[in-house]
This record gives sequence, structure tokens and C-alpha cells, in this order.
Amino acid sequence: MSAVQETVAQVRAIDVDQYKYGFVTDIESEKAPKGLSEDTVRYISAKKGEPEWMLAWRLDAYRRWLGLQEPTWARVSYPQIDFQDYYYFAQPKRAPQSVDEIDPEILKTYEKLGIPLRERDALLGIEGASGSRVAVDAVFDSVSVATTFKAELAKAGVIFCSISEALREHPDLVRQYLGSVVPASDNFYATLNAAVFSDGSFVYVPKGVRCPMELSTYFRINERNTGQFERTLIIADEGAYVSYLEGCTAPQRDENQLHAAVVELVALKDAEIKYSTVQNWYPGDKDGKGGIYNFVTKRGDCRGDNSKISWTQVETGSAITWKYPSCILRGDNSRGEFYSIAISNGHQQVDSGTKMVHLGKNTSSRIISKGISAGRSNNTYRGLVSAHRKATGARNFTNCDSLLIGDTCGAHTVPYMEAKNASAVFEHEATTSKISDDQLFYCLQRGLSQEEAVALIVNGFVRDVLQQLPMEFAVEAQKLIAVSLEGSVG
Amino acid sequence: MNANLRPVRTAAEQSLIDMLDARLAAPPLGSARLNDLRQEARAAFADNGLPTRRVEDWHYTDLRAALRGVSPLAGDAAEPAAPSAFVEALRVTLVNGRPQTLPSDLPPGLTLLSLADAIAADHPLLELIASDGPAQYDAALALNTGFLGEGIILHVAAGAQIPQAVEIAQLFSGAEPGCIFTRILVVVEDGAALRLIERFEGPAERAYLDNAVIELRLGDGARVDHVRVQAEGEAATHLGTLATTLGRETHYDLFVLTLGAALSRLTVYGRFAGHDSHMGVRGASLLAGARHADVTLFVDHAVARCESRELFKTVLADRARGVFQGKIIVRPDAQKTDGRMMSQALLLSDDAEMDNKPELEIFADDVQCGHGATAGALDDTTLFYLMSRGLPEKEAEMLLIQAFAGEAVEFVADAEMREAITARLTAWLALRAG
Amino acid sequence: MLEIKNLHARIGDKEIIKGLDLTIPAGEVHAIMGPNGSGKSTLSYVLSGKPGYEVTQGSVTFLGEDLLALSADQRAAAGIFLAFQYPVEVPGVANMTFLRSALNAQRRTRGEEEISTPDFLRLVKEKAPLLGISQEMLRRGVNVGFSGGEKKRNEILQMALLEPKLCVLDEADSGLDIDALKVVADGVNGLRAADRAFLVITHYQRLLDYIVPDVVHVFAAGRIVRTGGKELALELEETGYAAYSQDAA
Repeated sequence: MSAVQETVAQVRAIDVDQYKYGFVTDIESEKAPKGLSEDTVRYISAKKGEPEWMLAWRLDAYRRWLGLQEPTWARVSYPQIDFQDYYYFAQPKRAPQSVDEIDPEILKTYEKLGIPLRERDALLGIEGASGSRVAVDAVFDSVSVATTFKAELAKAGVIFCSISEALREHPDLVRQYLGSVVPASDNFYATLNAAVFSDGSFVYVPKGVRCPMELSTYFRINERNTGQFERTLIIADEGAYVSYLEGCTAPQRDENQLHAAVVELVALKDAEIKYSTVQNWYPGDKDGKGGIYNFVTKRGDCRGDNSKISWTQVETGSAITWKYPSCILRGDNSRGEFYSIAISNGHQQVDSGTKMVHLGKNTSSRIISKGISAGRSNNTYRGLVSAHRKATGARNFTNCDSLLIGDTCGAHTVPYMEAKNASAVFEHEATTSKISDDQLFYCLQRGLSQEEAVALIVNGFVRDVLQQLPMEFAVEAQKLIAVSLEGSVG
Repeated sequence: MNANLRPVRTAAEQSLIDMLDARLAAPPLGSARLNDLRQEARAAFADNGLPTRRVEDWHYTDLRAALRGVSPLAGDAAEPAAPSAFVEALRVTLVNGRPQTLPSDLPPGLTLLSLADAIAADHPLLELIASDGPAQYDAALALNTGFLGEGIILHVAAGAQIPQAVEIAQLFSGAEPGCIFTRILVVVEDGAALRLIERFEGPAERAYLDNAVIELRLGDGARVDHVRVQAEGEAATHLGTLATTLGRETHYDLFVLTLGAALSRLTVYGRFAGHDSHMGVRGASLLAGARHADVTLFVDHAVARCESRELFKTVLADRARGVFQGKIIVRPDAQKTDGRMMSQALLLSDDAEMDNKPELEIFADDVQCGHGATAGALDDTTLFYLMSRGLPEKEAEMLLIQAFAGEAVEFVADAEMREAITARLTAWLALRAG
Repeated sequence: MLEIKNLHARIGDKEIIKGLDLTIPAGEVHAIMGPNGSGKSTLSYVLSGKPGYEVTQGSVTFLGEDLLALSADQRAAAGIFLAFQYPVEVPGVANMTFLRSALNAQRRTRGEEEISTPDFLRLVKEKAPLLGISQEMLRRGVNVGFSGGEKKRNEILQMALLEPKLCVLDEADSGLDIDALKVVADGVNGLRAADRAFLVITHYQRLLDYIVPDVVHVFAAGRIVRTGGKELALELEETGYAAYSQDAA
């Protein structure tokens, strides 16, 4: 029963009454004029001192974007977004040169979020439990404010910096890989991102290197009416390994904030990338007011033989989630994995899943998705598995389970499976159920409260996915799950 | 770009609109209600046209691209040689959509009449036609309604247990390609029982289009065992729609055997309108050559305490393509729903393709729903096991394919019908094995 | 009856059998014992013709015929029967249908007449109860929902009906309790005959208390490293395979 007590203790330890990260940091910031035009794109590019080719790439994306329509196929509904009513670039006025120069207000913000930016603190704060250390890149509104442990990573040959810095320091690498997985014209939001992305993280792990620590980015939207468009690019060269964590929060605001990120992963021969996300953007209040619109394109390319990309996500936040972390299994024997927990409560709308595109021979993929709907939310799993003519020996196993809590929410499953050769073997199973009265009663009879029992049962339901997360994140995610479901049981 | 921009009409779409206009001007049209239905359908088709793969329900069957041209409505033709009996049954034959002589000496409680006669007499049962269709636009159904005029009405009086099976055979005949639009209405009143067989057959080489809609109404406590066999030529196009509405405590079992056409599509709309009912929708598709067969199901649990079971088996040889789309919808008040759906495909060739999309759409929490899908080749280990016992490879394969499809057939309650289906399966396999 | 000379076989790039010689005369029971992973099961698959097992060198002669030239079903018809370590489940094919199809297929291949349905039913009715196979199990899909013991008994029933010349038993005792083991062993012993041979592959000596072998071979690292009488099995029980594994390394 120790696991139970642990869960219960964690549930009790946190303030469950409200979104814990909903504070606003009061700092002066510099913004691009509101709205979107070629001038905005030029402004962003100039602010970041980008090379000419980068500006041309952005402008090309912007022009394409003008001709695109917002996708409508997802099961989400929201009022028309006025793209001219957002700020596309905001950065703290005092541009920091080192951690010591970061605005103390921002440092305090990250401390509140539990993300220590000073390496010394990081050592004290995070080491111990598992003996591991985590290098952090923190993105505040539009810009990266600090990247820790850079020197140590550099020793191993690992490049971990903001993408702006990568454009200055490693332009050839960026130019080679940027847009090679998610092309600038991929979809409405990815194209918008290509035009106006402000910052994000860049990782390059050279041949044969196993990245010595977990890498992490923490995203924070602070400014009012600000869109955040970060772009992350991770390359694992032949035989390399990297584990990357991403966390997100935003203040509690009445307006809807827009987040349209792009993440590109490239795994070359024998390389492995493990990408974990705990997404906890502000979900809106109990009446469905405010919250983040999260329209994200994440895709990994298993470009080399025997490469592997694994996505793990815990989605508890955002008013709207539109997100399908995918794997292109190009290399022979490559493998893609997708592990997801998506929890929706209140008026949240989640439409999320994955695509596993089998192109190479003997490629395999595994999808485990756990959706939990409560309140008045709608939670949709949407996934594609396809095996092309030449993808002989392709294997997929998919399991997507949904749990409904209460009778005013919806849980939906929309899988697409396309087998184009006989040697491909696909297996898919999905179930939808509620927390059984018997289970609940059993727990209550053993002395657990209703909420403890629900947290316990839900944690059991999502265990397969939690196990995929690095230790620090798993604990954090477990707490989040309990908080997200607060008030869902009558 | 403008979201409302409509693509230019294809030649097929334009011909269909012209043909609809001609139909709307040609009496007898019947009651004002029927005429309104046709007009609405024509308007909906003119607005939406044929579906492309951007229309979610037709994601894997691009009808707009597939229908290159449309032949004129098929005229009267001599009745072709009757296909051999499926099981001992009362048979109704439609040739090019027109009912031939209807059987006389019907058992008590059973009424059969041609749709044309019913329209001429303004029969009260016509009120039920198109009165409970799907909410969304469905091109095949709209076209059928637009051409409404030929078909059959079958009525089983309350409490009647019809001893014989009733077979409705729809055949195409003629030297020229043509279009057929038929509408069947089957009303089974409270506590009545019926065994129904539908067959669709036509000559191998003729490029005809056959659009058939059947609407079934099951009154409270009714039971219907329904078998549908579609085996048309390699040049034909088949668009089928099957809409069943179930009352309280009903039992409806459908089995669909699809041997296909060049392109065939069956859309099944099953709707529970009364509590404590059971619906089984199962089938086997056996496809060879370049055939494309799409089976799309919507099972709508609109009320509480109903059970649905869907099981489809698809066997694909050569360059055939199979599509299964199935959606279980559980409405907010449909508590205690029990729904299970499974689609399994066996690919016998590397050029075959199977597209599976089983969906769940659930708005009630006290439910048990699940779906599964698999695709793959025959299992090597099993094949070896059979061969190690002395079965030659071909024979072992046939046995396994038959067993694979048989898992769906075994749910057909009527032994005679089950055997007849199995015989068709065996014949198909034997033909393939040469 | 069976003569294997200098057999080399591999799966993919991995050579598993490396120069095996073995002769089994009619009427004898030979046991092959060896450590796990030594390739004992591979031998059973090579003899029965499982696809993916490639013979690179050597010969296998069965009743004067080149066994390696035959497909799996032809070998079965010639009289080779493999009792699988993990019998395969064949959903949808009733056990009864399967048994009759297999028996008739073999007869056809041998140019014999098919068995009539009444004769077949009589045959099954006679043999099944001896192995504790119920009518209900005969109606079910092959091995579907059978317990481990039921699967093994079903294998022996097939053996009894098909009347093979050479029976290869691959770990026939795995997963069986002592009572189930006795039923299986009795079934096998009942089939011992002057014109029939057995090759019993096992890791443990236990099985050989019930199916007493004439000859025991020790198999390690892809070939037979020692041959003796039934007392060799008891010796192995005491000393284990360590000595042979080292030899191999």
C-alpha cells in the first residue's frame, strides 16, 4: 500500500484549489507592434540578428500562410481567432548575458515554478533523488533566458542552446536540419510558426555520444495577448542518445493565449531520442473562460537504420489541445513510440494522438494512449498508423483506453489504420469505461476517501505511461493528475 | 482562399443532376411529401455533389474521382435466368430495379407490394420512407431519394412469425450500361419475426451503377435475421445504404457477405430507438482482382441499455482494397450501453491494401465499449503447424481463410443461412485456388 | 529408419546445428538431452521442415528417402510427426475438422483412399477417451482455450490417429504436472511398435522415467557430444550439463 500513501500524500501536499502556476510576473518587456504582417516577420528576424536566408525562409512561410485555411477536422470548437490581435514577439527589456544578469523577477518566477536556473541551485535541488542532473533552457514569452550546464555539455560535444544562439553559432547545422522534418508549408499552424517563431531550444548530440544528463526546456507565457511560437530542433547523430524534457505553464488570464510550437527531431543511424512533455498550460476557469490554445506540430524522423524516437506526454492543461507527436519510420528497423496521458476537465477540449508512418523495412511502433475525461470536457484520441508498400515486416501495436468520470463529458477514439502490404501486422485495441463502482467501493471500504480512491484508480489506469517518464517528471505528473481531476467526483 | 469555394462539377455530377431534373418532371410523383423529399435531395446533391476523400465518411473511397461518367437509367429488360436458390425462400425479383411478378399465396401477416403501386395508391406506409435517416448528408442516399419511384414494400403484421425466409434478389440485365435506383422498405411490427435475404447480382462484364437503399423498422419485441449477399461483376459500381431503426426489446442480426464489384460501398445506419435491444452487424468481404469494397457502419446508441456487436472479416487477394469504417456513437443518456466492434483483415498479397477506421464517440459514462482492428498475413507458425500434420500448403491456407471468415459466419443463427454463406465462401476460395 | 549425417543448419545468419550425426533404427526410442538453448528444438524443426531453418550441409535420409527435399506436409505424409513444445492455437478450425482434414490429406498424398466419416468418428471415439479428450474439446477450435496439459494430450491424440513412423517429441513434459505427464507417457508408450521410432527431446530426466529410452544422446553446442544407454540420463541428472557446456565453449 505504500504507493497509495505516496499518492495520497502528494495530493494533500499541493494546493488544490486553483491553477498553481497562474501568477503573473511584473517585468518590463519589449514587444513587436501588435498584429501580423511582413513587417512583423522582418522585425523579429532583425531583433534576433538572423542571417539573410533565415529571413527569406520566414517570409516565404508567411506568404504561404496567407493562402492557408485553419484546419477544421479536429473535434474542437472555439471562436474565430483574430490573428491580428496578438503580439508576436515579446522579450524582457534587460537582455541577459549570463545567469547572473537575468532579471531577478524572472529568476523568482522560475523558482516558483520549481525550475532553478542557477547551476549551483540545480545541483542542490535536483540531484539526490535519482542522482541525475538536468540541464535547463528556460523560455520566457518569446525568448530563451538561460541555459544551464552549457560548459559541461560542451565537454561531451553536446550543443544545447537557444535556437537564436544556434542560428548565430552553428548556422550550418540549423540550416541543414531546420524544416527538414516539419516543412515550412506543413500545416496552418506550423507555417505560422515558421514565419514568426521567436525562440526555442536547439540540441545537437554528436556521433556516438550519450548525452550525460537529461536536457530540459521550460516554457512560460507571461505577457498578455502574446502568442508563443517556439521552435525546437533536436538532432541525434549516428549512435547518439538524448533524453529531453519539456514543461509548460502560463499565468491565469481571461483572454485566450495562443501557443503554436513546432518540434522537429532527427535521429540518424542507431540514434535514440526520448522526448517527454508535461504540458500544464492554463486550462481556463471553471466556466471555460480563458486558457491557452495549444496548436502544436511535433514530428520525429527516424532517418537512419535502427534509430528510435519515443514520445511521452502528460497533457493536463490548455483550453484546447491540438497535437499529434508523430514518427516517420524511414530507416530500416527503426522504432517509434508514443505514450500519452491526456486529462481533460472543466471545459477543456483535447484532440491529440499520433501518426506512425512506416516507410522502412522491419519498422515497429507502439502506441499507448490513456484519455481521462471529466467535467464538461471532450477528449479525443486521433491517430494514424500506415505501412507503405515497401515497409515489409512493419509492426504496430496500439492500445487506447478512455476513462469517463461523470456523464457530462465525452471520450472519442478515431484511429486510422492503413496497411498496404501483406507482411505488415497491425493490432489495435481500444476500450472506454468508467471507474467501476465495485473498484470505488472496495477502496472506500478499505478507508480511502472518494477523491483518494479516484486518484488511486486513475494512477493505476495511467501507470503504463507514467513508467515511461524520467523519475522527476513522473512524480510531478502524478501530482498534476490528481490536481487536474480535483472536483470531478460529486 | 475562400472556404466556401465549390469545386467545378464533374461530368458525372452534372449528368446526375440532369437525370434528377428529368425524374422530377416525370409523373407519377405521388404525394406532396414524396415530391418534397425528392426536391430536397436534389438540392442537397446539387450543393454537395459526390464525396471526395476530404469528406470524413468517405475518406478511403473517393467517389467523385471514381465515377467518371454516368449511364442513363436502365430500362426494362427481359428477366435473366434466376440465380440458384440461396435457401428455400419466397423470392421477389427486381430486374433493373423493377419488381417482376410478386409471389402470391403469402403466409398470413405478410404483405408485399411494389413501390410504384404504393405510390399510385398513396399507401399509408409511404410515410415511413426517409422518415428516420441520418442527420448528415449522404450522397448515395440523397441520390436514391431523388430518384425515388421503384422498389418494394414488405410489411409483417404485429405478432406474425413468417415461417419462410423472404428473398429479395436485385439483378441487372441488358446489353448497355445503365443506372438503377431502388428503395426497399421493410416494416416488422411489434412482436413479429422475419428472416430476410437480399441479393445483388449482375453480369460480369457490364459497367452498370446500382444504388440500393433498404430501410427497416422493427417494432417493439420484433426479431429480424437479415443476410445480404452482394456479388457483382468486375465492372459494376454498387452503392448500398442500409438503415435500421430498432424499437424496444428487439433483436436484429445482419450478416453482410461482400464479394464486391469494381467499386462497392455499403453504409449501414443502425439506430437504437428503444431500450434493451440487441443489434449484431457482422460480415465477411472476400475480394480479388482490383476490387474495392468499403463497408462503413454507424451504430447509434440513442437510448440506454442496448447491446451492439460488430465483427467484420476482410480477405484481400491480388490488388484488392478493403475499407472498414465503423463508428459507435453513445449519446448522453445511453447509459449501460454495451458495444463491441472488431475488424480483422487478412492480406494474401503484397499489392492488397486494407484501411481500417473503427471509431468510438462516447457521451455517457456508465458504458462498456471497445473496438479492435487487426491486419496481417496468414500466420506462418499456424501454417507450418497444419503442414506438419500433412495438409498441403494450398489446403492449409484455404482451411485457415475459411476459419478466419467463419468466425463471423458462426453468429448467423439460422443453420440453413449459415450453410449457404459458408458454401459461397468455399466456392470463392475454390475459384481462387483454381 | 532415420539417418542424419554431418548436419549443419542455421536460422538467418546464426548456425545452430554444427555437424550432427544420428541414426535411429525402427522400433527404438532415442532421447536427446541437452542444456537450454543448445539447439534441441531446432533439430525438431529441421526434421519437420519449418520454413526459415536452412540446412547448409549434410544429409537426412528417412526410410531411404531424402527427407530434406520434401515440404513439411510431404514429410508428414511420409511419416514424420512432431509433437510441438508449444502447440499452436488455430481459432475457427474445429479440432475434429482439423484431425480429419490432416488424416485425409496424408492419405491422399500417399495415394490411399480417404477415410469415411463413420470410420473416422469410430476411430476418434476409440482413441480420444484414452487421452482424456472430451467431445467438447473435439468441437472447439484446435487448442483454443486448452490448458497446457490438454494441448499436450491433444498432440498425442493426433499422433495416435495419424500413426506416423517417426515421432519427434519436443519437450513433451514442459508445463505438465505428474498426473498429466503419466497420461501423455501412457499415450506414447501405447504407440511403441516394431515399425515405429521415437525421438524424445528433453531437458530433464523426469520424462524418461515414464518413456524409457533405448539410447540417450547428449546434445551441446550444435552436435551430439556423448551417447550411452538409459543410465546416462540418470548420470546427467546428478552432474548437470556444465561439463558439456564448457566443452562447447
